[in-house]
Amino acid sequence: MPHAELCVSATDAWELSASVALRPEPFGALAYHFGNRKLTFLKTPALVSVVRALGEQPDVGSALEAAGVPEQQWPAYLAALAGLARTDMIRPRTHAGSRAERRAS
Amino acid sequence: MTLAPERPTAPTSLVQQFELGLDAPICLTWELTYACNLACAHCLSSSGRRDPRELSTEQCKAVIDELERMQVFYVNIGGGEPTVRPDFWELVEYAVAHHVGVKFSTNGVRLTPERAAWLASPATGGYVDVQISLDGATAEVNDRVRGPGSYDTAIAALRNLSEAGFTDAKLSVVCTRENIGQLDEFKAIADRYGATLRLTRLRPSGRGADVWDELHPLPEQQRELYDWLVAHGEDVLTGDSFFHLAAFGEKLPGLNLCGAGRVVCLIDPVGDVYACPFAIHQEFLAGNILTDGGFQRVWQDSDLFADLRAPQTGGACASCSFYDSCRGGCMAAKFFTGLPLDGPDPECVQGHGEHALAGPREVPAASQDHSRRTPTRNQPVLLKLTRREDLTAPPVSFCEESPLAGMELS
Repeated sequence: MPHAELCVSATDAWELSASVALRPEPFGALAYHFGNRKLTFLKTPALVSVVRALGEQPDVGSALEAAGVPEQQWPAYLAALAGLARTDMIRPRTHAGSRAERRAS
Repeated sequence: MTLAPERPTAPTSLVQQFELGLDAPICLTWELTYACNLACAHCLSSSGRRDPRELSTEQCKAVIDELERMQVFYVNIGGGEPTVRPDFWELVEYAVAHHVGVKFSTNGVRLTPERAAWLASPATGGYVDVQISLDGATAEVNDRVRGPGSYDTAIAALRNLSEAGFTDAKLSVVCTRENIGQLDEFKAIADRYGATLRLTRLRPSGRGADVWDELHPLPEQQRELYDWLVAHGEDVLTGDSFFHLAAFGEKLPGLNLCGAGRVVCLIDPVGDVYACPFAIHQEFLAGNILTDGGFQRVWQDSDLFADLRAPQTGGACASCSFYDSCRGGCMAAKFFTGLPLDGPDPECVQGHGEHALAGPREVPAASQDHSRRTPTRNQPVLLKLTRREDLTAPPVSFCEESPLAGMELS
């Protein structure tokens, strides 16, 4: 289901959709959505780190920090994340707890 | 052994990265069988007879296991006619259960209402996509190249899928001189059955080499096709087929590069791996999954693929101002028309291909052929009835009433 809110802000909590698989590649990764069958390219290794960190960190800002993205580049990364949200590659985390915590429990 | 080129560390465009190759293909075509109930005049893989060395069910499942490990997210299955393999549906189920989505191409022969219902059911998990081949929007145009009755079979399959609630099937059309004028009609057929139109390029591969001169779109038709594609944008799929048309101006949606051995390849029914689905020829054979240690080994280590991933020079095209758009066009189209691989595409829209075709060239002999050895009932025959040009009146036999009838007296 596409999401109406396409703006991803640093204070929101997001995570990789459960139906998405990431395949590491020299340039970054391929993201494939088994539900809507969309294939997307994560064009830098840093973006891959951010996307992987989303579910483990309390919010998007922390994920950007954890991946070592300098603050002046955050707008570009937030725009890239909004693009991923548009095709349901990442989803807002509405429920409490991260994907990692839920997996652990 | 060719060493893989050093991958640049500085940020480069995605297309440049693709040209250097990926760890696994994005788009893998797997021809499951050379057996086919039809005998299309332009068949890319010269199909007809089953190859006795065809991979067994167990070997096919091992391939799927390997694709799952390599995270090849979907595979395009074709043939021949893949659905005539008795284990076809079993393999589809196996692939889907192992996270390898399936898109299969068929002429529709086995798409009964029951099978369509199965495809639309949760059994396939939504990971199965069906492509029905149709090369004419009317039976007359289609059956001439695909054989009598093939139009009705394809339409019945589309109807069965639509009635079973299978959404978004693909109507797959190879664009020829005879059907370019029917693009709107194809779109209407697709719309009628809730399908998406997919247009691809006629390649001079397989039996296509025999009919390419007669069937490939004329230069003005290339323009007509390009304009139609630009007007319809993302509503029509092309499988990145027409990147040679990018030299008309605006790029078409897609990667616009030759993905052979870089992001695409083909596994044939006996496990041979070729650089692309349109290049089933010894020259583009990278290895065999049974004898060369599996698909991953072939994809990652073959000398041929290392060569294809090495930086290419534009050759004769380097000085053309459109080189950045079309990248010299399709490797297979050049090879099978006997043109140099570093020169223009035979259908170069700037006209360089026509020059090259007019010059000396030798069309390569086919390296494999699974065509039936004897004609079948439904085999198309691309013949036109015409009059002999030297006859000015209906021919008469020598025993007509005039003893001199039909004789040329000097």
